[in-house]
Amino acid sequence: MFNEVIRLKWFGPSIVIFLVLFILPSFIPRFYTYILALIYVTSLLAMSLNLVVGHGGMFQFHHGVFYGVGAYTVALMLTKTSLPMWTGFIAGPIVAAIIGFIIGWFCVRLTRLYFGMLQISLGSLIWAIVLRWYSFTGGDDGIHGVPIAPFLSSLNSSYYFILIVLVICLIVMYLILKSPFGNTLQAIRDNPQRCEAIGINVRRHQLIAIVIATFFGGLAGVLFVVLERSVFTDMLFWVLSLEIFIMCLLGGWFTFVGPIFGAAIIVALRTFVSIFTEYWTLILGVILILIIFFLPEGVMGYFQEIFKPRTKETVKEGTK
Amino acid sequence: MLQVETVVKSFDDFKAVNGASLSVGKGEIVAVIGPNGAGKTTLFNVITGLLRRDSGKIIFKGEDIGGLPPYEICKKGIARSFQIVNIFPRLTVFRNVQVAVLSQQRRSNTLFRPASSMVLNETNNILESVGFLDKAHSIAGSLSHGDQKILEIAIALGNEPELLILDEPTAGMSPEETSATMELVKRLAQMRGLTILFCEHDMDIVFSVAQSIMVMHQGRTLVQGKPEEVRNNPFVQEAYLGVE
Repeated sequence: MFNEVIRLKWFGPSIVIFLVLFILPSFIPRFYTYILALIYVTSLLAMSLNLVVGHGGMFQFHHGVFYGVGAYTVALMLTKTSLPMWTGFIAGPIVAAIIGFIIGWFCVRLTRLYFGMLQISLGSLIWAIVLRWYSFTGGDDGIHGVPIAPFLSSLNSSYYFILIVLVICLIVMYLILKSPFGNTLQAIRDNPQRCEAIGINVRRHQLIAIVIATFFGGLAGVLFVVLERSVFTDMLFWVLSLEIFIMCLLGGWFTFVGPIFGAAIIVALRTFVSIFTEYWTLILGVILILIIFFLPEGVMGYFQEIFKPRTKETVKEGTK
Repeated sequence: MLQVETVVKSFDDFKAVNGASLSVGKGEIVAVIGPNGAGKTTLFNVITGLLRRDSGKIIFKGEDIGGLPPYEICKKGIARSFQIVNIFPRLTVFRNVQVAVLSQQRRSNTLFRPASSMVLNETNNILESVGFLDKAHSIAGSLSHGDQKILEIAIALGNEPELLILDEPTAGMSPEETSATMELVKRLAQMRGLTILFCEHDMDIVFSVAQSIMVMHQGRTLVQGKPEEVRNNPFVQEAYLGVE
């Protein structure tokens, strides 16, 4: 099963990148380590969304909710109960996936934009509950000072933890996309009607994809808590969801690693441009317009297009 | 094998199919003909579950399949191709067919096994039988229109159907492509023991290929019978073939 990963052409380069990222915190200032870790968390979030958006063709407009639910679950468990930390880490993604199942169960009955509209409505409902249920969630104060075990509490150790979890998740997502399930999902994206006609239960397939994506979304929320040790209601607000959606488009939603680039661009912009101006979204807007005009397949899609002539044997599946 | 009895399907006030009946025996090649708007495609959509019938019975192998969703009907052994090309344009030709084979083998939900090593033989067999082995790794959307129509049939074969329904398999093809495609259909029917139900505008093709012909007019079945009977039927001559 893992042969699939090891046989990849870019397996070697990926190992090098991973090693570089692994030793990087020893050489760069703490602030940059933090920003990198934040990029990883956001990357996982964007990657999880892209499972349903780019590969599944569903307009999951309010994915941020599952990020928030994962984060709140772990934060609440660690502050309100004395359960060990790892149970919270497991519960976060699972609760997110359960909420994902419930919301998804309604949404898969609709298509395209209607799917997206219902998704926003139901997601906003969760946001409203978290915001108003002051006694339980802390309302708009959020939850601060979530106790994280000492071995994860330093910035560097949380950096390593997040990086490793991200890499594992990327491998798992890659395997899922290359599996019959993933292939079928992409076929549904291309042509749901035809899929019904070849015996695929489209709604059920989409629902499973949503559950998987929201699981990873919740996991990203857990990683956020590891990094920040606090949660706030903005994580469930639709503006963040829109931002994640843009990351997918920006990076290239039909590519595997595209959303990572999208996440890196947006987090970097927000961090470094907002030093100069609070209107950083203005710059983002200009960049988005340029990308839509010149790189309609996203940054990663553009690079794939460039390198295509030299890697024509990439689609070699099934020739053995 | 397939019995359609007085099926009705209306869109608002318009009765697209208004009491159509059809009988397809095992191993037969049956054609449905009729002028544009006669309800042929609607009838096929009703049989394959894409549309729900308003009334009437659709019996397949002794079981009423009317009202089942399309994926259930497909699992009963009915596969179809579409009049307007309906493929997976972003995927390779190989994967277009493989998706159907995986679905047929109930492996669409396998999560952690690379699909690139699964059902290779079955998929390649189908590609070979339609002469597509050399095109296996082209992106489906980049094929010519005629080839995309053939890919349609190949995808349908991936489901190992007993009954193959072809909705105008040669629509938009050149005369050469048309005859080649019909040869292919006949050969596939023999090789795989398929029962075929198709509709087609080209009368020469219909009368040379079909063993039984059903004539539709304004949503109704005028007649079903052997090509000769149909040709000599006065109603058909009046309504469709044109009296000379």
